[in-house]
Amino acid sequence: MSSLSVKHLLGIEPLTREDIELIFRTADEFKEVINRPIKKVPSLRDITVANLFFENSTRTRLSFELAEKRLSADVVNFSASSSSVKKGETLIDTVNNILAMKIDMVVMRHPDPGAALFLSENVNTIIVNAGDGTHEHPTQALLDAYSIRERLDEDFTDRRVAIIGDILHSRVALSNIHCLLKLGAEVQVCGPPTLIPKHIESMGVSISYSLEETLMWADVVNMLRIQLERQGDGNVVKYFPSLREYSMKYGLTAEKLAGAGKPLVVMHPGPINRGVEVTSEVADSNQAIILDQVENGVAVRMAVLYLLASQIERN
Amino acid sequence: MRPTTLIDTTQFELIIDRLTHELIENHRNFEDTVLLGLQPRGVYLAHRIEQKLGRLLPDVPLRCGDLDITFFRDDFRRREKPLQPNATAIDFIIEDQNVVLIDDVLYTGRTIRAGLDAMLSFGRPATVELLVLIDRRFSRELPIEPTYVGKSVDSLDHQRVTVNWNEVTGKDDVELHTQRTS
Repeated sequence: MSSLSVKHLLGIEPLTREDIELIFRTADEFKEVINRPIKKVPSLRDITVANLFFENSTRTRLSFELAEKRLSADVVNFSASSSSVKKGETLIDTVNNILAMKIDMVVMRHPDPGAALFLSENVNTIIVNAGDGTHEHPTQALLDAYSIRERLDEDFTDRRVAIIGDILHSRVALSNIHCLLKLGAEVQVCGPPTLIPKHIESMGVSISYSLEETLMWADVVNMLRIQLERQGDGNVVKYFPSLREYSMKYGLTAEKLAGAGKPLVVMHPGPINRGVEVTSEVADSNQAIILDQVENGVAVRMAVLYLLASQIERN
Repeated sequence: MRPTTLIDTTQFELIIDRLTHELIENHRNFEDTVLLGLQPRGVYLAHRIEQKLGRLLPDVPLRCGDLDITFFRDDFRRREKPLQPNATAIDFIIEDQNVVLIDDVLYTGRTIRAGLDAMLSFGRPATVELLVLIDRRFSRELPIEPTYVGKSVDSLDHQRVTVNWNEVTGKDDVELHTQRTS
């Protein structure tokens, strides 16, 4: 019987392959739990979790909150827009104030890369990173890989996964690359040259600038959202001439999908810009597992919270 | 110290035969009765009984499921390592059914307490009975008693009762291990 090698979930990078597989095996059982008539188990009934969201989020926050509630944890929510962060309080002070109210775990999203690591070094609690700037979004990568595993019968060896779109700003891309490579898959990133970070090939991924070629290569395509909010003020699109051009070159349509000549698994971390990254026809087709990803998200987050909580010392 | 054999292979077979007959005596044609083996080790006993029932009552449809209690245990975070869950496989409705919970050894009663909780998240059964192969008497921490008992055993706290299954170790028997206390 094994336990995680880490105390916090700050990213995929510090995890071992065994950690990831342990999370998946645990998530299998939680997936069965959330499909029962009574979807709740009492494991975390003496744990209080604070969800600190310093950046907007709907589905990640909802998914974490559901995961916490289905484990019977007590949940408090905090969002930056309605807090004293606006009054100039530092991050450590904010979190220490919350911890003084006897919180056992913190789930945090923050616009700054490294915020979760910083917090884990400075406050005494268990941190789950729910996205830190353009750095990592580990639970998204875990649920993406879990969804792929479900479709491809558990074996990642020689499976080809393409991550397409805004690789430069995407924490989902970085976490996904770490996760898939650790599991033994082959990874390719695809997008306009301005949105592919320099030296990314040193991580062990291949690069393509043509969607058509990537579709021929891949078994699974993960279409990332174009993050207009990270591309400068006032939605000024600086990395490509126009959304229309992006969508013509890198948007996934039914015709391009058919051109691959084999059934591909289509993923999207959401929220979808319909007609930009994927057309509605593709998003609603049975090749898309977008809603499976959302369902699996709750099970995977339950597994992460369960495994981390079991390391909290009871006093 | 070498383990003492509490039940040898012949007795083992006879006891499971007897338990199976006791179940038939009380439940006749198993119309509204379902068997639930507790993961991990109660499952072997449940499926063994299911096989015997199948031979004795060839025309009766039997329902037998596996119930995992990991998430319902009361010793979460009191152990060194996290508890690893097992699969739950229940493909029938337990609402208004007579449920027979099945486990190999009844000791403190805490596993059964967790099993009752886990079972209730699948519905509200009409009645619940408990069948165990070994009842370690006088060691209960909760007010839980079995309905059907393979064999009652008097044992000390530092002793350990191990049920071996043919499926796992290649022989059917029950041993009592005494750990040396120095």
